[in-house]
Amino acid sequence: MRQSIIHWFKFASPQSFYPLAGRMIPWFWAATAAFGIAGLWISFFVAPTDAQQGEGYRIIFVHVPASWMSMFIYLVMAFWAGLGLALNTRVSGMMAQALAPTGALMAALSLWTGALWGKPMWGAWWVWDARLTSELILFFLYLGFMALQAAIDDPRRADKAGAILALVGVVNIPIIYFSVKWWNTLHQGSTINLTKAPSMAQTMLWGMLLMALCFWMYSIAVALTRVRAIILERERHTEWVKHAVE
Amino acid sequence: MKPRQKRIALIAGGLASLAVAAMLTLNALDSNIALYVTPTEVAAGKAPQGKAFRIGGLVKEGSIKRQDMTVRFIITDTAKEIPVAYTGILPDLFRDGKGAVVQGRLGSDGVFAATEVLAKHDENYMPPEAKHAIDQAQKGKP
Repeated sequence: MRQSIIHWFKFASPQSFYPLAGRMIPWFWAATAAFGIAGLWISFFVAPTDAQQGEGYRIIFVHVPASWMSMFIYLVMAFWAGLGLALNTRVSGMMAQALAPTGALMAALSLWTGALWGKPMWGAWWVWDARLTSELILFFLYLGFMALQAAIDDPRRADKAGAILALVGVVNIPIIYFSVKWWNTLHQGSTINLTKAPSMAQTMLWGMLLMALCFWMYSIAVALTRVRAIILERERHTEWVKHAVE
Repeated sequence: MKPRQKRIALIAGGLASLAVAAMLTLNALDSNIALYVTPTEVAAGKAPQGKAFRIGGLVKEGSIKRQDMTVRFIITDTAKEIPVAYTGILPDLFRDGKGAVVQGRLGSDGVFAATEVLAKHDENYMPPEAKHAIDQAQKGKP
């Protein structure tokens, strides 16, 4: 029993996680490029014009993956933050810190492409409807998490304070996701559901899923690169970092 | 309990009570979070009195009438109808039989004077040929 626990926590030490992350990063970049090229090609050349919205709907291929990522990264960030809070593992806090800027980027991208899409289709850049407002709150949660972490000098205390904020903010994620179901909103309901077939032409769906995979791979690659930088910064006093940098 | 288990229990308990608090808050705010009311709710007197609000529904087929710069149409939820007058630019997706959200005030003559008209599209995406086929099939139905 004792043996297996030690094995599990092996990669929870910054020293062994640092080279592992370094070896994985190029593969994730390669996957980002592959999924991105295939996804963009389908998005622009294969997917048909939409009957209602014409060519303008194609912004969906960036908007939906960005929105999904903004919500999912938050869940992953909160998971790491909670794990760090409960088990006092060092890499957990660093992972949460590394994910936040990418999550904020995705939320900003989602809001920005949404505005660009809303103006021609709805007739408004912005509406205070439940979906849009809760996504804006998500963006602010990311910024708040980053600001709070940066404001506290001691990294362990910064991690703890950030973790509590991240965990409290989790409440917002189901609100974003179900907002179009629970309330009257201008934003339309979800096209992709777990319970029924997607109400979307097959090739459009493929384009969207490939773009979503591209965004996944990008987020992982960037988060791992960032976590390596954070590890070096926080462990700069240790022997192994001095050797690793040389 | 070990300190670690205590922390986990504390976090789980905190999250659970937070979820309950959020649920109660959202429940209490329910009517304020809704972006618009339906024509049926307006007819039942649930619309805010004396201030601007939004009505959402479908643009009744064949009800759009243009007169100089003013557009008149009827917004319906298939149960109740409300006539709307609007002067200004309409979004591209504003069409007969499609969804729309109008913002403005209800006049004493029962006509809703809109200051903003937004188009609401649905969550279905399909090529024009598929849309045509569906329309044909629906026309064929008795």
